[in-house]
Parts: sequence; C-alpha cells; structure tokens
Amino acid sequence: MKVEYKVKRYNPESDVALESFDTYVVELDQAATVLDGLIKIREEVDNTLTLRCSCRSAICGSCAMRINGQAMLACNTKVSDFEENGNIKLLVEPPGNMPVIKDLVVDFVPFWSKVKSVDPWLKSSHPPKYMEEHIASNESMLHLSGVMGCIMCGACVSDCTVLEVDKSFLGPAALAKAYRFVSDPRDDSTKFRLKALEKPSGMWDCTRCMQCVEVCPKGVDPMGRIMKLRDFAIQDGYKNTYGAKHTAVFTDSVKNTGWLNEFQLPLRTFGIFNVFKLLGLLPILLDALVSRKVPPVFHHKLPSVSSIQRIFKKVDLQITKRE
Amino acid sequence: MKKFAFYPGCVSRGACPELFDSTLTVCERLGIELIHEPLEGASCTGAGVLQEKNQKLGDTLNARTFAMVEKTGLPLLTICSTCQGVMAQANYRLRSDKNYLDEINRDLADENLQYSGSVEPKHLLWVLFEDIGVDYVKSQFTRSLEGFKFAPFYGCYIVRPSDVLALDVNPDRKNSLEQIIEATGAELVDFPGKTACCGFPILLINETNSTKMVGNHTLSAKRKGADAMVTPCPLCHLNLDGYQPSASLLRREKINLPILHLPQLLGLAMGIEPTELKLNRHIVSTKKIISTLSVTP
Repeated sequence: MKVEYKVKRYNPESDVALESFDTYVVELDQAATVLDGLIKIREEVDNTLTLRCSCRSAICGSCAMRINGQAMLACNTKVSDFEENGNIKLLVEPPGNMPVIKDLVVDFVPFWSKVKSVDPWLKSSHPPKYMEEHIASNESMLHLSGVMGCIMCGACVSDCTVLEVDKSFLGPAALAKAYRFVSDPRDDSTKFRLKALEKPSGMWDCTRCMQCVEVCPKGVDPMGRIMKLRDFAIQDGYKNTYGAKHTAVFTDSVKNTGWLNEFQLPLRTFGIFNVFKLLGLLPILLDALVSRKVPPVFHHKLPSVSSIQRIFKKVDLQITKRE
Repeated sequence: MKKFAFYPGCVSRGACPELFDSTLTVCERLGIELIHEPLEGASCTGAGVLQEKNQKLGDTLNARTFAMVEKTGLPLLTICSTCQGVMAQANYRLRSDKNYLDEINRDLADENLQYSGSVEPKHLLWVLFEDIGVDYVKSQFTRSLEGFKFAPFYGCYIVRPSDVLALDVNPDRKNSLEQIIEATGAELVDFPGKTACCGFPILLINETNSTKMVGNHTLSAKRKGADAMVTPCPLCHLNLDGYQPSASLLRREKINLPILHLPQLLGLAMGIEPTELKLNRHIVSTKKIISTLSVTP
C-alpha cells in the first residue's frame, strides 16, 4: 500500500530555508511501522533524512517523534492505524519542547539535565555493607514496576503543555523519575526530595492536562505520579506553597459546604494578608463585576452536607499509605 | 422529552451563570428534560484538585453521586468537561476493580447508598450525538450562522485519557465540537491548540504560565480568522475569557476573541435572542457577534 509521508525538515547548515516540509510516497506492507517507512525513505529515496532509531522494538526509546500531531514511538506505531478512506497520510515532525538538531533529531541535553536534577539514584542512610544486598520485599516494589518501565523516550516531554510556555518546568519524565525514588522503600531522602520538588518549576506547576498520560508508550502515567508526589508533600507537611494551599482550601470548601466556594478560593489560597497577590486580583474582580460574573459572596451549604461530611470523616482519615 | 438527572457542576452555579441559564433554555428546545432535584445534594467532583490530596475520597464522593443517580433510574448529564472527565475517571476505577467498589460501598452504606456501576456520566456535547441525534439537533436550527468563523476548544478532561473516555468506541466524541460548529452553518477554524490545556488549573499557582496559555490559544485561533471560540468547559471559559485581557497585556496585542459556551452556540443557531443566552455576561465583549446577527436575516 502507498503511504504519504510529509516530513518536517531542518538543516542548520542550509543556506536556503532552515525549516521546510518534504513529501515522500513509499510502498509499504500492511504490517509496516512508521519507522519502517522512514528507514525506507532514508535508504532508497533521500539519504539526507536524519532520524534516531535503534532497537525497533519500543525498548530503547530513540524514535519518539510527533506523528500526525501527537508524540509516539515510530517503531511502535503502524502506518495502517492512520488509514482514512483508503489513504494513509502521515505528518512526521520532531518531538516538541526540545531544540532540533537536524530533521527529526532533537537535543536531549535539557531532558537529561532535568532527570539528573532529581538525583535519580537511591539515597540510603544505611547502605548495605560490602557484599550484602539491600533487600526490599516484592510487595513493596511491585507498585513501582509501572513507573520503572519508563524508557526515557521523551514523548511526555514533547507534548507537555506546560513546557510549551515554560522551559524551566521540570517536566513529566523527571517528576515521574522523582516519584520512583520517593516511593522506593529503600530510599530515605524523601523529605529532602519533596522539599526540592515543591520549589517553583516543580511538582505544583503541572496543569494536570493528561497529555503525558495519553502519549506515554509505556503506561508510566507521569501525571498520576505527580499527583501522588503532591499527596506525599501535603502528608509530610510541605504545605506552604500556593499549590498545597489551593488543594487544602478547595478540599476544605467541599468538606464544609459540599461544593466549591469560588469566591474564597483565591483569597484563602493567597492568604488575606498577602496584599501584593490580592491587589493582582483587582482587575479580574472589576471585570467580573461589570459582567456580573462574580461568584456568590455568601456561599450556601448543599442540602445534604452532613452526609458529605460523614464521608470526609470516614475516608479522609484512612491516610493514603505510601504503598 | 428525554429525561436526565442534571449535574450542573460548581462553576455554572457560580462564576458562569450564563452557562446555567443558556443550558436550561436550549435543553428545553431540544426536548431534554433536566431533572434537578435528585442531585441537589450531590457534592463537587473534586475537579482533580481534591484527588491530589486523597483520590479515594474523591472516588467515594463521586460514587455517592452515581448511587444517587442510580436511584432515579435516569441517565446522568453534565455541562462541564472537567466534571465529566473527573467522574469518568472515578467511574473507570470503580468499575474495573470489584474489591475497590465494594470497599467504597461499605463507606456509602451508612448513607443508605449503594453504587452498582451502571451510570455513564455524559456531557451535553455527547448527549447531542448519542441520545438526541445530531440530525434532530440540526432540525432545530432556524438561524444559519453562515459567515461566522468559530474555533473549537474542548478542555482536557473531555478528550483525555482517551481509553477512560471510550473515544474509540464512540468516534463522534473525537470531533463532536467541530461537527456541531459546522452544523450551525459557521465555518470551522481548526487549530492545534483545540485539545490543549487552557491553563486554568494553575491559575493561582503560576499565573504567568496560565496566562501565556490563554494568549497562545486565543491568538492562534484569532490569527486563523476565528470570530469566537466555542467550549464545552466552563473552567476553560473562565480562563480564556476572564484572563484574556491579561494575556493581551502580556502579549502586547489586542485579542478580543469572545469565548462562547456550547449551549450559547446552539441557542444562537436556534434563533434564540443573545440576551436570553446571556451573551452580555462575558468579560470579552460579544457585541460584534450580536450586531452581526442583528443584521443577518
């Protein structure tokens, strides 16, 4: 079957256009992957096409790229998945949020430096003695198998909506890696780790948009891990960030009234003595007043709030254990 | 009339009253009877925020809502993408783990509630396709919106995670908003940001990043010629509408892109008066749309 590849090209040494698209049509069989086609193009049509690939088995994580607008592993994606009315048209671009070196190859230095910044190794105050092992039970490690399945392909980083606007954000891959060590029963640097992660550009800057969950080819669920880190941070008393306060005020509102008190949420998150932040709310407050969109100042309780409160009492006390 | 247990969410009863009012008007026209009473005591879904602190607590509160819906025997309708997504995620966890469901039901037993797993929370956008029929919806359109260009903006929780939302089983869910825009006669402005994040969840945590997102999406749609953006998510509306003036300052560029709620778009196509749809209750003025409509026969 014929497959049309429209590939984004970039050549820093070119004296013509730095960025352009080239279209190739190749004949592939039904079982072919997007990577098979790209290799065919490179070997038979255009040997200047540059891409990274190695294992062709979704293990090495080299061939993450954007295919029809979404990050995925080219070796793990069949061209036939994109068949529409008998036609297969692919738009192939390099992964996003990373500087392009050439064509589909991006610079992973920022990616690795963020992973390194979370100290991705065990820190134990009682390391095993020479020739001994630090034994952890199967049950205490099993829940980490998902997050340890990360192959560092960068698909989550490519499509992260926060990195699109803020390159300083630690990002889903590094945060998932941080979770992996925070949750390891052999590690006892949790407090230091959480303290570092609560800083700006850390765990609280994630928007919970779930792009990373959607594109991860290994089911690592980076956003779920970030949510867990937030949970751990709150449990361990790291409550002095706007993120932790926002969660606390939101939860409090549901607990006390059954639903969200939108009027109080910003006031209590910032704190009523935080004049600088509260002044920043003035423009939106004035705009909302003019458009009559100010949420009710007097927030009523839901009719069956006592039932909601009983559930809070019962379930909120069952502290989520660090599995 | 098709009856639904109505879950309006917090925001349509708070900072987006225009969504609540326009929903009631439009649903009545579409033969959707919204039953308010059964869920008047239903809690907030937690919006993903409460779940940061305690996911099981969020799941129990949502199971409580589902149990209340089951008692009515009615399907569940919401008008908020975030509520829809958070409820779908809770439901997915409850349905896929019998032990977990049993555990949660034990906590609900004191409230005389039990959830068997039969509820499927549905946004109005999906109900249009799956329960009412898009042809019937189209048959209610009396005013062509030809000449307008509208960009869709979904909100994260109605498109991700795709497996939890069963997008492959219900392919209309992938492009329902585009289909509705085109059905009104308006021209569709497609742009890559339509399924991205509006920035609302981090508004109080990192306002700069949040506002940058507003600027990127609204300007991207505007540069493609959009006259307005349409969203099924009131939280996206709050950010894209309310923080558009800030985004405009940040980008040093005028934006002025009205952000319509889904029912407002439906209502305009049904020939309902803009004031009845509360188009005057937006921060970014919708006057240009209203004045174009008033000269359109």
